[in-house]
Amino acid sequence: MTMKSQLQVEAIRQGTVIDHIPAGQALNILKLFHFLDTKDRITVGFNLPSKAFGHKDIIKVENVSITEEQSNQLALFAPKATVNIIDDFKVVKKRQLSLPERITNVFKCPNSNCITHYEPVAISNFKIINNNGKIQLKCKYCEKVFDREIVTNNI
Amino acid sequence: MMANPLYHKNIISISELSKEELELIVQTAFKLKSHPRNDLLKNKLIGSCFFEASTRTRLSFETAVQRLGGNIIGFSDASNTSLAKKGETLADSIRIITSYTDALIMRHYREGAARLAADVSPVPIINAGDGSNQHPSQTLLDLFTIYETQGRLDNISIAFVGDLKYGRTVHSLSQALCKYNAKIYLVSPESLAMPEYIIDEYKENNIEFHVANTIEEVIPKVDILYMTRVQKERFDETEYRHLRAKFVLSANSFVGAKDNLKVLHPLPRIDEITLDVDTTPYAYYFQQAANGVFARQALLSLVLNEEV
Repeated sequence: MTMKSQLQVEAIRQGTVIDHIPAGQALNILKLFHFLDTKDRITVGFNLPSKAFGHKDIIKVENVSITEEQSNQLALFAPKATVNIIDDFKVVKKRQLSLPERITNVFKCPNSNCITHYEPVAISNFKIINNNGKIQLKCKYCEKVFDREIVTNNI
Repeated sequence: MMANPLYHKNIISISELSKEELELIVQTAFKLKSHPRNDLLKNKLIGSCFFEASTRTRLSFETAVQRLGGNIIGFSDASNTSLAKKGETLADSIRIITSYTDALIMRHYREGAARLAADVSPVPIINAGDGSNQHPSQTLLDLFTIYETQGRLDNISIAFVGDLKYGRTVHSLSQALCKYNAKIYLVSPESLAMPEYIIDEYKENNIEFHVANTIEEVIPKVDILYMTRVQKERFDETEYRHLRAKFVLSANSFVGAKDNLKVLHPLPRIDEITLDVDTTPYAYYFQQAANGVFARQALLSLVLNEEV
């Protein structure tokens, strides 16, 4: 593969590159990390050709390095994503994604009768269950168990 | 002497109780039924707050408190209170009420309300039902009744009949019985079958389970026949009439039944158990309801006394 075809989205000097995002999930990830609330330059590629996935999304954010906790939250949307921290156009760190035990205050509970929708002190809180590779989330309050996609599409 | 493991614990969800804790409650209920005590809640004030009306559950809990010598404050339906009208958050209402009482029994129409209450309360919360989620004292009285009638909890053969899809009672009881190597038969209309996540739990726990078509075919095989109501509103009239016949228990149904067979039902029964069953030796649903008081006495005494 030539250099030209690799750089499908412009390189950044410093910041974070989130690559190998399942096609269509990049917008959710932008929302998850509130990247659009900053004034930093963000480049997003949708539906880029990918050897491994067929199609993928990619996000490049300048001047921001995402934390380990954020990487773990990312694992919920994009378990196979790679996170590269960039400095002076070089990858200085690759973060391994691992699923967190719990995720709080990110997703709304899909159960519309769950107390988290009605009481300000009941902050959404899901336990992550890995059932032989099938990822599910169990609400701390209503105790309902949801497939990952049902929760992550509800951001 | 170490305090019993339930002392000052919240009782929110049956899944949080260990096998040992379940057995402690069942044994204590058994003890309190044969040797009643009127002192275990002496000088205790218990809140009984029913944000959603549930007459049967409330009377059972309040009987348990009073039989043990405790006092009660509370309400039977939040719409009669000023709480609902003034727009206070549930969390604030709970903070205030639990600053008066030694424990709070609560029922609420939203799932997770009891967990939220436990987050903000300095005293134990006992969940008497949170929406379609949990109703642990119902499962405890079911376990106690199984223990009382069969002399054990292990290796029980049990059939669940009726609405297995929406029936919170059968979900919780069958989850609890996964800890006791039960053999489970499921009899329901196809559209009201046991949800997949419960079936997954059976599999995870290596529980033997069978789906059957009729009550008659499971009767000779089981120790407990657990009936539930198939709600008319869920079907159109012709379909309901057709289904009804299949999921109704009558005195003629008991061909080949074991002597120890007992029929349970969370009540209210409508017409899924015909009246002629009441006088058979198998009927045990009224005793089961009465056992609710002892199961709740056991729960309250263990939560509020280091030793019982």
